[in-house]
Amino acid sequence: MNLKKWNELTAGGINRDAGNSLKNFTGSFRSGEKPEFNEAACINCFFCWVFCPENAIIAEEEKIIGINYDYCKGCGVCVNECPVKQEDKPLYMVEENKELL
Amino acid sequence: MKVMNGNSAAAEAVKQVNPDVVVSHPVTPAAGMVEKIASFVANGQMDSELVQAESGPGAASGCIGASAAGGRVFTATASQELASMHEILFIAASLRLPIVAGVANRALSTPANIYADHSDIMAERDSGWVQIFCENPQEAYDNVVQAYKVAEHPEVRTPVMVGMDGFITSHSMENILIEAAEEVGDFVGKFNPVYSLLDAEHPVTVGSHSMSDYYFEHKVNQLQGIENSRKVIKEIGREFGDRFGRYYGHFESYKLEDADFAVVLMSSAAGTAKESVDRLRNRGEKVGVLKLRVFRPFPYRELREALAHLKALAVLDRTFSPGSPGGPLFNEIRSALYDTGIKPPVFPYIYGLGGRDIKPEHFEEIFRKIKEKSGKENFSASIGFINLRE
Repeated sequence: MNLKKWNELTAGGINRDAGNSLKNFTGSFRSGEKPEFNEAACINCFFCWVFCPENAIIAEEEKIIGINYDYCKGCGVCVNECPVKQEDKPLYMVEENKELL
Repeated sequence: MKVMNGNSAAAEAVKQVNPDVVVSHPVTPAAGMVEKIASFVANGQMDSELVQAESGPGAASGCIGASAAGGRVFTATASQELASMHEILFIAASLRLPIVAGVANRALSTPANIYADHSDIMAERDSGWVQIFCENPQEAYDNVVQAYKVAEHPEVRTPVMVGMDGFITSHSMENILIEAAEEVGDFVGKFNPVYSLLDAEHPVTVGSHSMSDYYFEHKVNQLQGIENSRKVIKEIGREFGDRFGRYYGHFESYKLEDADFAVVLMSSAAGTAKESVDRLRNRGEKVGVLKLRVFRPFPYRELREALAHLKALAVLDRTFSPGSPGGPLFNEIRSALYDTGIKPPVFPYIYGLGGRDIKPEHFEEIFRKIKEKSGKENFSASIGFINLRE
């Protein structure tokens, strides 16, 4: 990546490139664990969608349909907030292949 | 001609510049500035939004928010509240927000003390703000007007604090000239913000995080503003003089050109220094005064030229820099003179802490001492305390 020189930056470090956090794949530093989604058990309460700090829960037509692993950093907040406590859980953490790291 | 104290004079300047937002968290001895502004707002003489903050950092943060929203901003503060603003001052400067703050310089605790002292403003000398000092209420008025033009200059975009000595300047009445509001408004001009947080069509991120791969570049980029202010302060000081008849530069030289010995100092005590220089000149002594107006950016090149011909000089600080060979002004002056081949002896003095008086006879004593010491081969340049019981 080509890093900018000091005189190529905006005064005050102001960022005019709105939405550019999409270029930063926060999923790249996910370590060890990731959430899995089980659509059949989901009650679509949207708690996970609200609480996810990376906006990585994918929703379509008022339904949760999955997780965007490009941005999911594996914090587990979605699993923690999920109110469904029966055996068959909509969200649960799984070990991740660490070869990528 | 009007009779006014420094606080009222600064408030009068603010009224004429008419900022969009004034954030107020009154503190002695700066309270008079915002009290006066509050009455102007209440009487319909200003249409600024007056925001009452709950604390120093709250007031400073309010200024940042209002300025980033594209507003022209003012606040007034001093002492403990300036110190409590410390971390926010750095943010204001780093974000390059052209905020103007009036500071009535007052001692820091402890012991608790409300009188004139530069320990508050000197502790903020590395915050990234431009620092301008006033000798009297007239300068408080003139400097606040100019501060807006400096801060908002497109090449500067850096906050400015205008310091005046607590009580000595902030509360002492003097005859001062107040210019016509239209003239002042025309001189300062309209504020053209480069962005506004309220402009939803052009969203910006302000105050983002930076890792070690970019922080350094951002900080060096920030320096451009305060470096550019060197020439801008000079140009605006000249422009102000052409328009209103009172000229300003980085410093004022008083009978300095042919002097052998001089004192260097800032703010109200400069008046007393000039008085004692007049007395000594009448007795044939070749002495002078350099009153520094702009401490940040420090005009080291110009000072080098102005001071290099002296046989010796005394630098007077109204604060300590504990553990240092002298006060902040002393260290900067001596450092500036290191690059002259001559390197005249520089003697550090501390005076006036917590509002302690400095009188003409004290200056006479300083001149006598530096003349005597610099004549010896091995002189010591240890700190001298003026008007201290010892």
